[in-house]
Amino acid sequence: MNRILSSKKNILVFMLPASLIFLSVMIIPIVATTYYSTLDWDGIGRGTFVGLENYFKIMGKNAYNFWPSVGHSFIVLLLSVLVQEPIAMVLALILGKGIKGESFFRTTFFIPMVVSTVVIAQLFIKVYHPQYGLLNVFLDTLGLDFLRQEWLADKGTALWAVFIPLIWQYIGYHMLLYYGAIKSVSTEVVEAAKIDGANYFQISTRILIPLITPVIETCVVIAVVGSLKTFDFVYIMTNGGPLGATDVPSTVMYDLLIKRNLYGQGSMVAVFIVAECLLFTVVLQTVFKKLRNTGGE
Amino acid sequence: MKKRTLTNTLTYAFLLIFTVIQVYPLFWLFTFSLKNNDEIFGGNVAGLPAHWLWGNYGKAWVDGNVGRYFINTLVVTLLTIGGTVVFAAMAGYAISRMKWKFQRTALTIFLLGLMIPIHAALLPLFVAYVKIKILNTYICLVIPYIAFALPLAIYIYVGFTEGIPKEMEESAFLDGCNIYRCFFRIILPLLKPVFATVTILTFINTWNEFMLASIFMTKSEMKTLTVGIQEMVGQFTTSWGPIGAALVMASIPTLFMYIVMSKEVQKSFITGAVKG
Repeated sequence: MNRILSSKKNILVFMLPASLIFLSVMIIPIVATTYYSTLDWDGIGRGTFVGLENYFKIMGKNAYNFWPSVGHSFIVLLLSVLVQEPIAMVLALILGKGIKGESFFRTTFFIPMVVSTVVIAQLFIKVYHPQYGLLNVFLDTLGLDFLRQEWLADKGTALWAVFIPLIWQYIGYHMLLYYGAIKSVSTEVVEAAKIDGANYFQISTRILIPLITPVIETCVVIAVVGSLKTFDFVYIMTNGGPLGATDVPSTVMYDLLIKRNLYGQGSMVAVFIVAECLLFTVVLQTVFKKLRNTGGE
Repeated sequence: MKKRTLTNTLTYAFLLIFTVIQVYPLFWLFTFSLKNNDEIFGGNVAGLPAHWLWGNYGKAWVDGNVGRYFINTLVVTLLTIGGTVVFAAMAGYAISRMKWKFQRTALTIFLLGLMIPIHAALLPLFVAYVKIKILNTYICLVIPYIAFALPLAIYIYVGFTEGIPKEMEESAFLDGCNIYRCFFRIILPLLKPVFATVTILTFINTWNEFMLASIFMTKSEMKTLTVGIQEMVGQFTTSWGPIGAALVMASIPTLFMYIVMSKEVQKSFITGAVKG
């Protein structure tokens, strides 16, 4: 048995397909993208090496609306963490309490997660339609027609309008993750607290939430990284407009790579997005680790 | 007692409002997919259709090319699932059961893949595909889709394989069974419970992927649903009915799966939530 399981040939055969695909799609491209980001290259012929010039141009001189786009992704990030996560947590705590219809509500809230972002984005374009959209028609019905807006065409509302379907889609997912964690907390702990006279609010804040910090960490990392990478909704609903009001790094990258054929500068933005995601993941993990350690004392 | 009923009523009111918010937009999509513009622009935006125009679905499927997009998506998704399930199981087996020096290192490297955004692979793959002339083929999407599904799948397999007792393989090897027979006859069948998880997650992610597909599939006849719908919307611009029908049809497979096995799908998403 040991002979079979430590045979170099067998190991190679079993590892080969996954390793080859992983190497050619993940490892090599990361190196290649980093290299491309130092080139002046339009995709035709060979690029010229320009060192860090793309970085100076885009980050230093704020070309292509770069820093505002980063700012927008940070707004999305903050809203995801500060709005989406608390609502998801409240829903999970209510459902986790074991009320009637628990599984119906849980199943229903999660539905948008299995629908594609493209479908949801197209649907919300219709919701926001200036004349016939659900939102404006609804405002009319309530007699609030003075609130009517061209939601996606107005610089002031566009970013919010794009952000809402994003929360709408993912909130059920985060609720589910919190719910799963709450349900895995031993009932004995909760029962003991009840006997001591704690109400559900106290049980939630003092026992359940502290006990599920690992899942909170996971959810926050997912929300943060997802916001930094966000692309589909923005690209489909506004393509960064009006006048760059909804640009995010991913749409800037897409524009540079696909529309303008500026491969070097587009790659620079790609490198930025990858680095940003890795950095935030590591920082969040460290912060949560600290939090857990101080909490344990 | 009175206070408790009040809290209860408020709780349910809150939950019901939230249910409406989560479901009504999708229901509205379904209703306008059955209307024509006269009805929508004539004032019946939110109500049920006066006449249920199922013809919108035929129009979208044939004239809007949704049928073609649907088949493309189906082929890409099935190939991705097949590749992911088998390749991840093989690597997972090698990592958890075979004996070699860099087992843990290999696992760590695969897991790092969870943190890599698809953005990193975009241009290098595009450049390579142009060079070897495989843009607009199924394989040019299937390979990256498998790659991005592998880390999670391997993680799930390794966790599960470690729980399988070694005795079964031992006796199989003693009977002179070779490693391939042993893997395909004994190990793979044991992995069935994780197949479901990996398949569900890969299915939903692949079916709905947009960014890579929009760059690699530029020919209309090769487009997948997410990309094709963009083109279809451009073509029908103001005909809401067929557009709605296309959006509904694009969502049916994943929604249907969710309705049939919602517990299993929810469980998979919980298992799949590994912080990237």
